[in-house]
Amino acid sequence: MPGQTAAESPLGAVALPFEPTPGDDPALTPHLPQAIFETHGLHLWYGASQALFDIGLRIAPHRITAFIGPSGCGKSTLLRCFNRLNDLIDDVRVEGRILLDGADLHDGSVDVNVLRSRVGMVFQKSNPFPKSIYDNVAYGPRIHGTRDRATLDERVERSLRGAALWDEVKDRLHQSALGLSGGQQQRLCIARAIAVEPEVILLDEPCSALDPIATAKIEELMLELKQRYTLVIVTHNMQQASRVSDYTAFLYLGRLVEYQETEKLFIHPLKKQTEAYITGRFG
Amino acid sequence: MEHTSTHFHEQLDQLAERILRLGGLAEEAIGKSVRALVDRDPELARQVIAGDEAIDQLELEIDSMCIELLARNQPLAGDLRFITTAMKITPDLERIADHAVNIGERVLELIEEPPLRVLVDLPQMALSAQAMVRGALDAFVRRDAAAAWRVIRMDDELDRRMEQAFRVLLSHMMQDPRTIARALRTTFVAKYFERIGDQATNICEQIVYMAEARVIKHRMVADAPDGAP
Repeated sequence: MPGQTAAESPLGAVALPFEPTPGDDPALTPHLPQAIFETHGLHLWYGASQALFDIGLRIAPHRITAFIGPSGCGKSTLLRCFNRLNDLIDDVRVEGRILLDGADLHDGSVDVNVLRSRVGMVFQKSNPFPKSIYDNVAYGPRIHGTRDRATLDERVERSLRGAALWDEVKDRLHQSALGLSGGQQQRLCIARAIAVEPEVILLDEPCSALDPIATAKIEELMLELKQRYTLVIVTHNMQQASRVSDYTAFLYLGRLVEYQETEKLFIHPLKKQTEAYITGRFG
Repeated sequence: MEHTSTHFHEQLDQLAERILRLGGLAEEAIGKSVRALVDRDPELARQVIAGDEAIDQLELEIDSMCIELLARNQPLAGDLRFITTAMKITPDLERIADHAVNIGERVLELIEEPPLRVLVDLPQMALSAQAMVRGALDAFVRRDAAAAWRVIRMDDELDRRMEQAFRVLLSHMMQDPRTIARALRTTFVAKYFERIGDQATNICEQIVYMAEARVIKHRMVADAPDGAP
């Protein structure tokens, strides 16, 4: 449920506020109010090639966490671990633990469909269904069993308002979503994601195909959405990460190099590799 | 490691080079002004005053370089701290040169009157002030917080000499009121050197921030961390 705290999790687990202990590497342990996700010793292979090495990090609820790093560093792979989207790729093997509210995503009792309704996703290229705007947003609630027209109307309007799109489309809800601009399509995808009332929204380079104004709208929207949802964003745009995120993780060659409060990472990174990457000294 | 923003980093080097040039001109102006004072040389004093225009121009050039670097590159981390530090220390360097100009102006006034026979070691104050400016520039180039702390500690010496000069000149004025005008001008000169030391201290506080992202402004030097020299 939106706004739900980790302590009220239906899985019964209680996530405690997380403070680093003295032995923790300060470059990897920001102070978090709580943790909704935790990974421990997470390794991932695509066939014989290892993409993630020993990732241990915690994601704070109702905050924006950004993953940055050069292409191929594993940031999108890591993002897809949080709703097990990597399961759809052949030959993927995962070791280690990924906990959502303390429950292991890989322990067999997790229903992947339920997981993906709790942890929604928005992709780089907006991918509206070739249906009307209304049907795009109503799609999720419908497959989760909502049939009542008034309930659907209400859900569609609330989601479109939540995605800051309602005023632009309210008079053409039954026209094709493919007629929207790129930025509008991306906000429609966000509306579609929040229509099933997830707790977390994963965003994989959501603005890389958008112009600066559409990008600014999505960024504004993210800052509003974090009141109700936890957001995790992969971006190759460091200015975007520094503008919107509360925490930033820098990955390089499949390893977590540094994870800090965003302002610390961008003003005074602790690791030389981070400094070199964010100041453009390697690519 | 592949360098991805070569042009930007060349511009940062050019910025550092200009700040060094500004600092070098300021340091040179201090040296000339004290020589003009000791030698009662009006020509040298006028050179210091005339040289200020080039220094002002250089300050404006550095300002616009910094703004442009920020606008075009949105720098982060060490680069961000370097450019913001450049913006903050440039006015201090320019002000140091202004103090040298002020000394040159006082020299032109002082040599209209007979020399004042007092034991005030203005050349030593000038040497300390110059050493602080040079030390600050050196710490800036090497991004060396420890070197900046060493310069900050030198300021006590200048402050002490300023108080001493004030006491000596005050008693001189009380003994012989005919010297008041000269003694006051000489007090100003001592004060300018003391202010140069303060400005070099400000610069070094910024350098500690640039090197370590640690803010030490408005603190006592005694608060220096263990290991700070």
